[in-house]
Amino acid sequence: MFQIFTDFAAWLTYSIFGLSTDSKLGDAVHFFIEDVSKIYVLLIIMIYVIALLRASLNIEAVRDYLAGKHRGVGYVMGSAFGAITPFCSCSSIPIFLGFTSAGIPVGITMAFLITSPLINEVAVLLLVSLLGWKFTILYIVIGVSVGILGGLFLDMIKAERWLQSFAADALKRAQTSAGTTNSSGHNVTLTFTDRHKFAITESKEIFARVWIWVIIGVGIGAALHGFVPEGWISANLGEGQWWSVPTAVLLGIPLYSNATGVIPVMESLIINGLPVGTALAFCMSTVAASFPEFILLKQVMQWKLLAILFVLLLVSFTIVGWIFNAFLPYI
Amino acid sequence: MKNILVLGSGCAKCKKTAEAIEKMAGQLDVKATVTKETSPQVLMSYGVMSTPAVVVNEKLVHSGSIPNTETIISWLKE
Repeated sequence: MFQIFTDFAAWLTYSIFGLSTDSKLGDAVHFFIEDVSKIYVLLIIMIYVIALLRASLNIEAVRDYLAGKHRGVGYVMGSAFGAITPFCSCSSIPIFLGFTSAGIPVGITMAFLITSPLINEVAVLLLVSLLGWKFTILYIVIGVSVGILGGLFLDMIKAERWLQSFAADALKRAQTSAGTTNSSGHNVTLTFTDRHKFAITESKEIFARVWIWVIIGVGIGAALHGFVPEGWISANLGEGQWWSVPTAVLLGIPLYSNATGVIPVMESLIINGLPVGTALAFCMSTVAASFPEFILLKQVMQWKLLAILFVLLLVSFTIVGWIFNAFLPYI
Repeated sequence: MKNILVLGSGCAKCKKTAEAIEKMAGQLDVKATVTKETSPQVLMSYGVMSTPAVVVNEKLVHSGSIPNTETIISWLKE
């Protein structure tokens, strides 16, 4: 189904630009054209379709749903909602406070916030088209699990102790007067025209936000693809070198990107022989553990909790990477 | 006199929202003060969960996106 993009890229690179089929430059240009054209076409179609389905889901509805839930279900649903709800890092604070002041435990809120940047429709779409179904499903399962376990852990250590005082007060107030959250008037039924309008706006907005990341990500991927000597990555960062995973995670921290930008880089690294677990750890760390995000969270959390959260993410991504590297040959 | 607050954690969309309202107020010649508010406490006190959100004379009228022109006009003319 994606062959058409390969053919298109080959035609443009070799017939129109006249690059040689076995030159490095030709290789890099082909990779770039194939991925950018494929990603753009898929993005536009899929964002629209998903937005149609998602039109009636809003963050207030998610909150009202989670507020009444038993904890066990709460972590799973928190993380699952994180995966399907669109996310912009600038809304993490209002979402955190909204959940907290509805009495939702910090662990469940964090399950939502950890999973949210890791999994979204754009990321899933890119993974399917670049790395295939099997990998995508594993990625989703792992992303959701990291959120669930992270949330569980934060509640186990009673993370609410280290919220900023106004947030902690709001949580306490809501939990002592349980059941009084007003959920008025959010349940409007939408006609198809409403959904269509929403989907169009949403597609435009998401595309405007991510198109440049696609170019950057694929550009870096193409450069790696064409110019890093074949075999160099697998020889130096290949299997058997346990330290390559934590190093990849650490490298990912100062690099701030969203999933859209980093997935094409990941594809190129994997094609060039980087073990999948190492690539995955790098990707997750780039997307979910970033300094700007943590600076924002400082408004609602004390340093201690931020530090715990940070270490928690780094440790989980490293473990994910190791597990993947160890088990991938058997999958 | 309209007292308009734009709530948001300083993202690009919040800035655009505030600018759009100011511009429209100028065009319609409506007296309005537009203030950007980034404090998390204030966000929480209005129960806002998606930004940018708009508060007109202490009443929350919008949240989650840059409001379109017709909506802005309706707030200013009310």
